[in-house]
Amino acid sequence: MSNELPLWEIFIRGQHGMSHRHVGSLHASDAEMAIRHARDVYTRRNEGVSIWVVRAADITASAPGEKGPLFDPSNDKVYRHPTFFDIPDDVGAM
Amino acid sequence: MYAQMVKSTGSGIKSREEMSPEERHFQDRVDAGEKIEPKDWMPEGYRKTLIRQIGQHAHSEIVGQLPEGNWITRAPTLERKAILLAKVQDEAGHGLYLYCAAETLGISRDELTRQLLSGKMKYSSIFNYPTLTWADIGAVGWLVDGAAIMNQVPLQRTSYGPYSRAMIRICKEESFHQRQGYDIMMKMANGTPEQRRMAQDALDRFWYPSLMMFGPSDAESVHSAQSMAWKIKINTNDELRQKFVDQTVPQAEYLGLTVPDPDLKWNEARGHYDFSEPDWEEFFEVLKGNGPCNVERMAARRKAWDDGAWVREGLMAHAAKHRGPVAAE
Ligand SMILES: [Fe+2]
Ligand SMILES: [Fe+2]
Repeated sequence: MSNELPLWEIFIRGQHGMSHRHVGSLHASDAEMAIRHARDVYTRRNEGVSIWVVRAADITASAPGEKGPLFDPSNDKVYRHPTFFDIPDDVGAM
Repeated sequence: MYAQMVKSTGSGIKSREEMSPEERHFQDRVDAGEKIEPKDWMPEGYRKTLIRQIGQHAHSEIVGQLPEGNWITRAPTLERKAILLAKVQDEAGHGLYLYCAAETLGISRDELTRQLLSGKMKYSSIFNYPTLTWADIGAVGWLVDGAAIMNQVPLQRTSYGPYSRAMIRICKEESFHQRQGYDIMMKMANGTPEQRRMAQDALDRFWYPSLMMFGPSDAESVHSAQSMAWKIKINTNDELRQKFVDQTVPQAEYLGLTVPDPDLKWNEARGHYDFSEPDWEEFFEVLKGNGPCNVERMAARRKAWDDGAWVREGLMAHAAKHRGPVAAE
């Protein structure tokens, strides 16, 4: 059974103008079939207005081991968050 | 439950001293409520137990379509037919979400299917009982989906990310299933004397098999203890069964139906119903393959797989032709 239908990752854009979001995966022979199946499997309750399908084999993911080098540097930049700055109440909304 | 008698590997929970540094780090993450994702390090036993559990759950969703599918062509009204069709289609979706979750652990879809068809992997005992009348479709939605919900709601918090996300999706869809079942029961219970009898008969036949869905008591089981430490099992079988009984008895009373258990009564001191255990001999016989419909269910799955072969092959041939020659994958 090496002739297994390939795996596709499915992304759906919901009703409210948000970005496409990963919702799951499915098996399909080609992109067209993947979209048809995605309609049935992931939008039975009107969840979406647009579907993207990507072959799972074409996705490159960051490795869990790289978590430190990749994401730690952002930890020490607290000034990126607005709450870092104390603005007096008298200044009004900001 | 949909996954019954799933044995974790190993012989019990390791103490922190016995754990390797990786195992200790893994357990700390689980204890802290972090989700484990497919590429993260995980103990081999965790991976294997999850494949068995999620796979069995997926198979149950798929085989579970058969008893209900049996009534799609004979639903009493067009509306009931459309509702049942949508419900059964949801179950196909649940199976697919779960197969995908299992695949992230390194087993292929075809391998999972092969293990179901060869009998190596199991599905829930409940789907080896027949649906003899339309009232059974009501009882299945009310009791079987009801019991499934009991188990699935806590599993939304399971430690394995893909499994948790599949459960969240599934739980969103399940309450429709239970409500449509109860709605059928209300119609039948308030119908003609014959319809009432059918409703009672359906409850009589599905009550104990539904209690069996939670599996035998596992308070003493080392496998369950390990699964709970890994947060791939959240409650004991007895806890869930008790919850199910407590929730379901008043619903039966509302219908004016009698739960087929003469010893069922409210225990004021415990704050729970006392009830009779199902016949566990029968449960083990059904698991072994000797239930009323085991042979029929597996034959239907095998036929579906074999009859679909030319479609799968044709689709792949079509895709290959339109892709043109590509490097070996
Ligand atoms: Fe389901
Ligand atoms: Fe369901």
